[in-house]
Amino acid sequence: MKVDLKQVEEAAKELYIRALKLLPPDIKQGFDALARSERDAGAKRILGTMMRNITVAEDTDNLLCQDTGIPVYTVLIGRGVEVDGVALKEAIRSGCARSTREHPFRSSIVHPTTRVNEQTSCGRGIPVINVDFTDATETLTLQMVPKGSGSENNSWLKMAIPADGVDAIKTFVVDCVLQAGGNTCPPTIVGVGVGGTADLCMHLAKSAATRPLGTRCEDAEGAKLERALTEAVNLLGVGPQGLGGDSTSFAVHVETAATHITMNPVAVNMQCHSARRASATIRASGVEYGY
Amino acid sequence: MAHHDFDMPMSEAQARALRVDDTVTLNGTLFGIRDATQIHMFDRGRKTRFDLAGHAVIHTAPNVRKVEKSAQHPAGYAPLCVGTTTSERMERFTRPLMQQHGVRLVIGKGGLREASAAAFGELGGAYVAIIGGAAALETTWVEAIEDVDLDDLYPESLWKFRVRGFGPLLVAMDSHGGSLYANVQAAAQGRRAEALRRLGVG
Repeated sequence: MKVDLKQVEEAAKELYIRALKLLPPDIKQGFDALARSERDAGAKRILGTMMRNITVAEDTDNLLCQDTGIPVYTVLIGRGVEVDGVALKEAIRSGCARSTREHPFRSSIVHPTTRVNEQTSCGRGIPVINVDFTDATETLTLQMVPKGSGSENNSWLKMAIPADGVDAIKTFVVDCVLQAGGNTCPPTIVGVGVGGTADLCMHLAKSAATRPLGTRCEDAEGAKLERALTEAVNLLGVGPQGLGGDSTSFAVHVETAATHITMNPVAVNMQCHSARRASATIRASGVEYGY
Repeated sequence: MAHHDFDMPMSEAQARALRVDDTVTLNGTLFGIRDATQIHMFDRGRKTRFDLAGHAVIHTAPNVRKVEKSAQHPAGYAPLCVGTTTSERMERFTRPLMQQHGVRLVIGKGGLREASAAAFGELGGAYVAIIGGAAALETTWVEAIEDVDLDDLYPESLWKFRVRGFGPLLVAMDSHGGSLYANVQAAAQGRRAEALRRLGVG
């Protein structure tokens, strides 16, 4: 399959808007589950308001949250796909800028020192474009996450040492959730990266934070940590918006990678309750949108 | 736990009457401010032509559409999606907002810290929590963007919204030293040991 770059640009544009407006079904189910189990009356009311907001956004064709986030695209290239990589990145960037101008919505992106906003949601190195490969034949998948800053500002990396063991990982995650309090817009998905290099560890945390609810870490050790940490952080009572309650996190997600004999890195990246994402699968037959 | 309806602006006595767990609904004027707005006002000496005395400010930078000026859109902006950002980054601006401009209420999400709590007590103000991320709903409470100042900072301009039935919102920090965030944080720190024990740490 030879990739049609006009199609990629359109999909990149459409995905940003869809992600900002339509919350994925797994997150809606996550809300239902929390609302059922929450025991605090105030927390129940806050969850109710969040769920009402999802309906209002759908009914009024509006953005769920004002924060249009930092645009993060992930491209998965299947077998038998022929594509000009440089032009593909340019098409994504162009679609991202067009969505911002044509919808229009707020460009949240500024130069890091001059703070100049180009009003396109683009800038030096932004949108983030990750490229990876998949087994799927004749398929190009685009995933889009508008990563909100309230949760992104709550990101931490600790280069723990082997002598600290898994206890260091567990303690770090609990302390990050305590430190984040209400600033991350809980209930959150707590993304945890374990292992790798410093940068890979943080990337794993981001992948974990933006994974659909109900999915598990493919590493059995990671999956075990997910179950234990999800229970532990929801004992803390931080609650929705940091105002108290059982519903601190939908889930803790863990992704792991091998690491060096001298290293024991752990990273935390959080996703807010408006856990937005959208995807497009491009085949020769056309584009199919999903989450 | 009382409910208060305010037609803005409000008095110091009204602000001091608020207690945590009370709810408030605002009508009339609401000012929108953000990081850059306050950095320019308080660190770089920028002046605003708006009179904020007795008013509420909300930590926001809205999504808007540029339109022709009209009775409905007097500032040439139509509100598309007006939400709330994390307050804590703007902690150090609470006092000058109150002292230099007479602001009475700060509306935001995630809470503010000790310096703001002290300012609320000394100067007579409160922090009011809105649900972060519930911007589509919040937008239905905004009637119009009446005016805008410091617009070279767009979208972090100083926005003057006209709101109707903006709430109910939760009083989360009051002028009597009450803070729901401090209470929750203290209780959560108290549960840390139990959480770690369940994880087998120790």
